[in-house]
Amino acid sequence: MFESLTDKLGSALRNLRGVGKLTEENMAETLQEVRTALLAADVHFKVSREFVERVQTQCVGQEVLKSVTPGQQVVKIINDELVRLLGEGSTALSAARPLKILMVGLHGSGKTTSTAKLGKLLKKRGYRPFVAACDIYRPAAIDQLEILAKQEDLGFYADRTSQDVTAIGAAALAAAQAAGCDAILFDTAGRLQIDQELIEEVKRLHARIQPDEVLLVADGALGQEAVNVAKAFHEALSLTGLVLTKLDGDARGGAALSMKSITGVPIKFVGTGEKTEDFDTFYPDRLASRILGMGDVVSLVEKAQENIDQKEAEKMAEKLRKADFNLEDFLSQLQQVKKMGSMQSIIGMMPGMSGVKLDDNAEKQMGRTEAIIKSMTNQERRKPEILNGNRRQRIAAGAGVKIVDVNQLLKQFQQMQKMMKMMKGGGAKKMMRQMEAMKGKGGFPGM
Amino acid sequence: MFGLFKKFKDGFAKTVSAISDKTRGLFSGRKIDASSLETLEEALYTADFGVETTEEVLAEIKAAYKKDKELRGQQAAAIGAEVLKRVLAGAEGKLEKSPGANPTVIAMIGVNGSGKTTTSAKLGWRLKQDGKTIILAACDTFRAAAVEQLKTWGQRLDLEVIASHTGGDAAAVAFDAWQAAKARGRDYLIVDTAGRLHTKSNLMEELAKIRRVLQKNDPTAPQHRWLVVDGSLGSNSIEQAKAFHQSFGLTGLVVTKLDGTSRGGALVGIYRQLKIPIYFLGLGEKAEDLQPFSIDSYVKAVFGLDE
Repeated sequence: MFESLTDKLGSALRNLRGVGKLTEENMAETLQEVRTALLAADVHFKVSREFVERVQTQCVGQEVLKSVTPGQQVVKIINDELVRLLGEGSTALSAARPLKILMVGLHGSGKTTSTAKLGKLLKKRGYRPFVAACDIYRPAAIDQLEILAKQEDLGFYADRTSQDVTAIGAAALAAAQAAGCDAILFDTAGRLQIDQELIEEVKRLHARIQPDEVLLVADGALGQEAVNVAKAFHEALSLTGLVLTKLDGDARGGAALSMKSITGVPIKFVGTGEKTEDFDTFYPDRLASRILGMGDVVSLVEKAQENIDQKEAEKMAEKLRKADFNLEDFLSQLQQVKKMGSMQSIIGMMPGMSGVKLDDNAEKQMGRTEAIIKSMTNQERRKPEILNGNRRQRIAAGAGVKIVDVNQLLKQFQQMQKMMKMMKGGGAKKMMRQMEAMKGKGGFPGM
Repeated sequence: MFGLFKKFKDGFAKTVSAISDKTRGLFSGRKIDASSLETLEEALYTADFGVETTEEVLAEIKAAYKKDKELRGQQAAAIGAEVLKRVLAGAEGKLEKSPGANPTVIAMIGVNGSGKTTTSAKLGWRLKQDGKTIILAACDTFRAAAVEQLKTWGQRLDLEVIASHTGGDAAAVAFDAWQAAKARGRDYLIVDTAGRLHTKSNLMEELAKIRRVLQKNDPTAPQHRWLVVDGSLGSNSIEQAKAFHQSFGLTGLVVTKLDGTSRGGALVGIYRQLKIPIYFLGLGEKAEDLQPFSIDSYVKAVFGLDE
């Protein structure tokens, strides 16, 4: 759906071709496109305008480097400026011990979940975390935090009878200290930034517990409203950091730029999934490419490095080189890819592919292929040529697929083997033809 | 009707009530000029109407201005309202019992934190006020304490809730709740589901399972498949709606959290793309703050036109 900024800028940038120097005139159309792209990514209207103006001042008068096109140069300037803006300030938390953290935000932004996730992260960093349930309004919010605290083995305090949030906070502080905990996280109720009564309430809590960190938890998909929200919370509570949640969706995250620009408060953490470990330190370069729709290439590379076993990969490369690649190897390769996450999330990180939606088929295909290979004996995996009709029938039954599916997989596997032999033999041209033919047949399963 | 409009205005009105306030004086009797057009552009963008609708409204006002340099702010507002009404034509959803379906099933789906559980409870209360009988099914068995949340609402508003426990099978709860609603002769069954990001195919698959299991009871269930969208979100809510529509076939929208300063303009974008009717808006924390969507009231509140 979303075109990458680079795609979008295509025609505007073409007009810049052959330009020796960037001027206000030849930049105008390009910058208009940049502004629209930012607006479409939910960056606030005013923030977009200021951003474009800044980029313009930086661009105008620049000599175009010989090695790149003017377009590339402009995109680079935009990207760098975005990274700089998003990355201002430190993601580090206060060094105070005990470390007191107040979590605030709108309803449904993910405060309770983020509180538990941050608790878990701090535990990893050597703290003894404690969470305090200060949301007395949402039904069962206290239960939710208690369950998560138990699950992650964090200290926990709640007072189900009290309606006095300040008193609850103070009591929690005492309980945490008595329990010897040195990181205390206060989960608060969701509130609108314009709800004076509730803002006063959280201000009183703030005054009483004197937090070292005040983190605003905000949905990464927030719209133009993000500016008002961040501004009001910052004025009321002097925020020290932002936490962006639900970034495992496909929101472009323009709200982050708005909130960062308006408050100057650093983005410290991002929530990236349903599990409590899906919580990371913020990296501005990744979010910049996301806002611009340039794909999260760095993240992809890092993810691949983390999850793919280096030795396994080398072994595979060797096998590929020798064209000695059987179904067993294919299975382990499939599993490597799976470890990196869903196909959709991987595709989403690739440049120009951020809008591509895989239908569930690709993922299903992959699962089916895996099931088929797993239904084979070791001998069959190593020597697929022994697979006769009887064996194929058994495999199909075992994997819960039709025999044609088994046949198709084997046929495609044979083609792949053939290709590898050609690679080895250096018949590159022949291979290209072969690949074209394969494309017509729908390609390799799950690829 | 006036009461409803007032609710809309109050809901929207806590600080900057309408676009007109942002463009202070623009929609008055004053004449339009280039700078007021720019202010208008800003107001439309900051209401999350999106690039397409904003450009359409601006284009019509600019065209009118070209023809008539004496164009007044009020006239411009009226033109904007007309464009918005045209874009939203047919967007009002009216909830009715599906003929032959006992109970009529409404499934609430959406991303995490959009307000499904709260909306389910409020809708139950509203239907009860209208003299209908209902049962709530607590099918969010994933989020810690979501079941307890719905149960607490049930106690507060005196609504019947069928639930199992966190970690249980959501589809099984839906099945049992349908059976219970049938046996007790209830008009509606409201199914609250777990929040899921639309980009997670395995979680989308779970939704399909709830549907399949409900269909064992009644092949037409769930008759209503409503997406609950947070009104303060931006353009991504359109992506959300598209993805849920594709895998679940949405029949309606509920837009929540419009009691802040956000204008909920994204609902216009969603309707534009998918033509799914909007049934209710969430305009506050109380049970009665879930209000039927009215194009007229919405458009008037947005442009600050009085009734």
